[in-house]
Amino acid sequence: MTLILTLILGPLAAGLVLLGLKPNLLRQILVSIVVLAVCCGSVALALFPPLKLGELPWSQHGINLGMLLVEMAMSLFILYVGVRAKHLLIVLLTLAQAGLMVWFEFTAGAHLEVAQNLFVDNFAVIMALINGIVGGGICIYALGYMREYHEVAHRDVPDRRPFFFAVMFIFMGAMFGLIFANNLVWLFLFWEITTLCSFLLIGYTQTDEAKRNALRALVMNLAGGLAFAIAIVWLQKKTGGIELQAMINSPDKALVLLPAALLCFAGITKSAQLPFSSWLLGAMVAPTPVSALLHSSTMVKAGVYLVLRMAPLVAGTKVGMMVALVGAVTFVVGSLAAITSSEAKRVLAWSTVANLGLIVLCGGIGTYEAVWAGILLIIFHAVAKCLLFLCVGVVEHKLHSRNIEDMSGLVVRMPRVAIMMQIGMAGMFLAPFGMLISKWAVLKAVVDAYPSLSVFIAFGSAATLFFWVKWMGKLVQVVGPAERIKKELVLGEAIALYGLSAATAMACLLFPLISFHFIEPYIYQVYGQSASLGEGNVIIMTIMMGMVMLFPVSFMSYGRGVKVVDAYLGGANVHSSVQFRSTADSVQDVEIGNYYLRNIFSEAWLSRWGVIGCALLLVAMLTVAFL
Amino acid sequence: MSPWIRILIYLVAAPIVGGLLAGWDRRISARMQSRRGPPIRQPFYDVLKLWQKQNIVVRRSQNFYIGFFLLMVIFTGALFFGGSDLLLVIFALTLAAIFFVLGAYKASSPYSFIGAERELIQMMAYEPMVLLTAIGMYMVTKSFAVNDIANHPTLLVLALPGIFLGFLYTLEIKFRKSPLDLSCSHHAHQELVRGITTEFSGRTLALIEIAHWYENVFLLGWVYLFFASMPVLGVAMSLFVFVFVILVDNVFARLKWQTAIRSAWIVAAVLGFGNILVLSLLSAKPAVPAAPVVAQPAVSRTVPAAAATPALNQPNVIARRN
Repeated sequence: MTLILTLILGPLAAGLVLLGLKPNLLRQILVSIVVLAVCCGSVALALFPPLKLGELPWSQHGINLGMLLVEMAMSLFILYVGVRAKHLLIVLLTLAQAGLMVWFEFTAGAHLEVAQNLFVDNFAVIMALINGIVGGGICIYALGYMREYHEVAHRDVPDRRPFFFAVMFIFMGAMFGLIFANNLVWLFLFWEITTLCSFLLIGYTQTDEAKRNALRALVMNLAGGLAFAIAIVWLQKKTGGIELQAMINSPDKALVLLPAALLCFAGITKSAQLPFSSWLLGAMVAPTPVSALLHSSTMVKAGVYLVLRMAPLVAGTKVGMMVALVGAVTFVVGSLAAITSSEAKRVLAWSTVANLGLIVLCGGIGTYEAVWAGILLIIFHAVAKCLLFLCVGVVEHKLHSRNIEDMSGLVVRMPRVAIMMQIGMAGMFLAPFGMLISKWAVLKAVVDAYPSLSVFIAFGSAATLFFWVKWMGKLVQVVGPAERIKKELVLGEAIALYGLSAATAMACLLFPLISFHFIEPYIYQVYGQSASLGEGNVIIMTIMMGMVMLFPVSFMSYGRGVKVVDAYLGGANVHSSVQFRSTADSVQDVEIGNYYLRNIFSEAWLSRWGVIGCALLLVAMLTVAFL
Repeated sequence: MSPWIRILIYLVAAPIVGGLLAGWDRRISARMQSRRGPPIRQPFYDVLKLWQKQNIVVRRSQNFYIGFFLLMVIFTGALFFGGSDLLLVIFALTLAAIFFVLGAYKASSPYSFIGAERELIQMMAYEPMVLLTAIGMYMVTKSFAVNDIANHPTLLVLALPGIFLGFLYTLEIKFRKSPLDLSCSHHAHQELVRGITTEFSGRTLALIEIAHWYENVFLLGWVYLFFASMPVLGVAMSLFVFVFVILVDNVFARLKWQTAIRSAWIVAAVLGFGNILVLSLLSAKPAVPAAPVVAQPAVSRTVPAAAATPALNQPNVIARRN
């Protein structure tokens, strides 16, 4: 109990302290200590999961009152933001939400009986590990990154680092709260804190674009929050309880179907599924650690966490079918849109949207094997995507560009970062590494439940392949002579990147163990049966992994027994392989650029129809649930 | 026959059969064009000749990728003939192709770069149909294991006519035949220098050729799966498909890549998905078991066959604890 409370309250308290801490050195020390503590705490939780949680050290009534106060303060702040930005929708959504919660507290709050406010199961442990280790890594990275950001790269942006780190830690603490909450009102509070934190972080630079995108993120997540609030009220009116576990284990699944659908809706907004994907794409204006935090360990993972929790309730229902379809459409649209973009962060963002689509698809299908695959996806996606974002952040600072075309020859210019980036990419799509294992499991789960949905996975993964490989190709390709950049990484960045690369590799190697010790017991607990990949396949995968890992060994015979010549350019080479003599004795430069297929798929077209389609699906989902 | 023996036969015989097929390919093509054509053994002579040539590269590490390309292609075929999971086979094949593409990127010449991009487009074009083929076979046989599919009592092609035709379309890509030979073609008149293999020479080019032989044998093995319940018909159909692909190669010129990917995806969506839709409507099973009644999880359903090798032939292990 103490451990869990520390995990939630520790980062929150540290955040408040950091808010007033101006000296850089003190901040670095505090951040490092807290991150270390959080990492150790989450690992300790994984090793010794508490079976029975004790009583809270404070009175129930006091906590509820405190929470209501925090909630009201947040609502007032958001209201103020909405009024100042003259954003009617924000004002309306906040008023509706706050009004509903206050009314609920005063009518039902007095006779609410909550047996267990917090709980821990294996799924929560997995999420805590991701939040602690990946989130902690991002904070360490941010120490080095933000110094360079303000002192070298973006001198024009006002330096508000105390605020930045404070919000990052509050975000992390709220995420722990969200994971461990069993009382839905608590869960809702933490949910709203993450919404607010993401709003503050996206708007960090306070440029017009940042403000606009932050507001967009806020309004979309508030819509999800309203759905969440309605779900709580409805659940309480119908069943009398507001406990997550009680809801999931409810004997009458039809009774809780509407709250489940509303919570799925909230999860879909938070995990940036299609009608709402634009907030996550807009979030790229923030400094890289924020993108990494939003995309990998917190925010969007909170959304899919809730959807996967709802999976047993919506399995086999029309609501589940609609949720699955939203995920499937998002997967295809996200993957195709990623092809058309040459901006590294945008590609990563679309790929996040797409992969979350896969997880939502799993949640919508809701069979035990789908949920198993979904949790596996969460793990692999968190580490690999975080690694990629942080790498892109470093590259952006050194090359002053996040265009993939400018990353040509990165293996020569920034070998360490380029290799780590390739590890991340391999983790994202290559057999036999992480994501592909999960995608394979998803495919099997889908074929068993709704075979026709498998067509979405078939097309989506083909597109995934295309945009990752062409990016990888850009990294390894060396056109002209390129100079190596001095001092690739500062200390904080190095610790985070090496750590995450190791984590990605470990997750890929040890996934059978992770599955056996954490995922399968959870699935078994919920469904009474569990899925796994099967021993034979695991052995084949391991053989394959061994073969791929031999690849770097082949570099031992680098340049041995070969004759090096210039590339063929279709004319006489003038200067190495970068210029050639063309017609009329003119000298031409060689330029090599990737295909983006913008004539075949247009991002605007894809998003427009994706938004319309998925919005219709969501309307259908809520209607079906209501009837 | 034990899977290890099958794998061994594959490892030894596939390059021979593949080389002979390549020889026949050239002979048949020549006859279609009213030429005499080279001797059947010509591909072997070519490879031997290439083997003795000097190894010329643009970037020092480019050849390593090709070595792993060959290794992964052989591994793919071994998984297939060992009776393993069909999806795993597809993923291994994709990994192999990615090594090939990365090698061409590494070479850093504009022409090999275009070849690499076009190869990627081809991969994107065939991937959906290949996956749908595996899914279609699963829906009929209830197993992804090649072993189970091969031993299924019914003629798969009867249930999967659309998928068979769609698969035939993707074979044009995989065999590198016109009209879908975008990344590298045997017809010099329509090639951009030498496509994806532009900067590969000597031994490395020989390895690419050998990988192609292994791959062709594996692909014909997959065609055989559609007719596996009648072995003689299966072999005959595989050979027929091979000749058919050569005929198409000689009749058509190369398509633009835009047309290639559009047509391949339309074929996959109409023939492949259409077939799956019909199958799922016909079987009309309840969508999802709401209550956990299925005793054996489907993810591991394929395990016995996947682990059909004697060493791995253990009972299905599923974690089950309270």
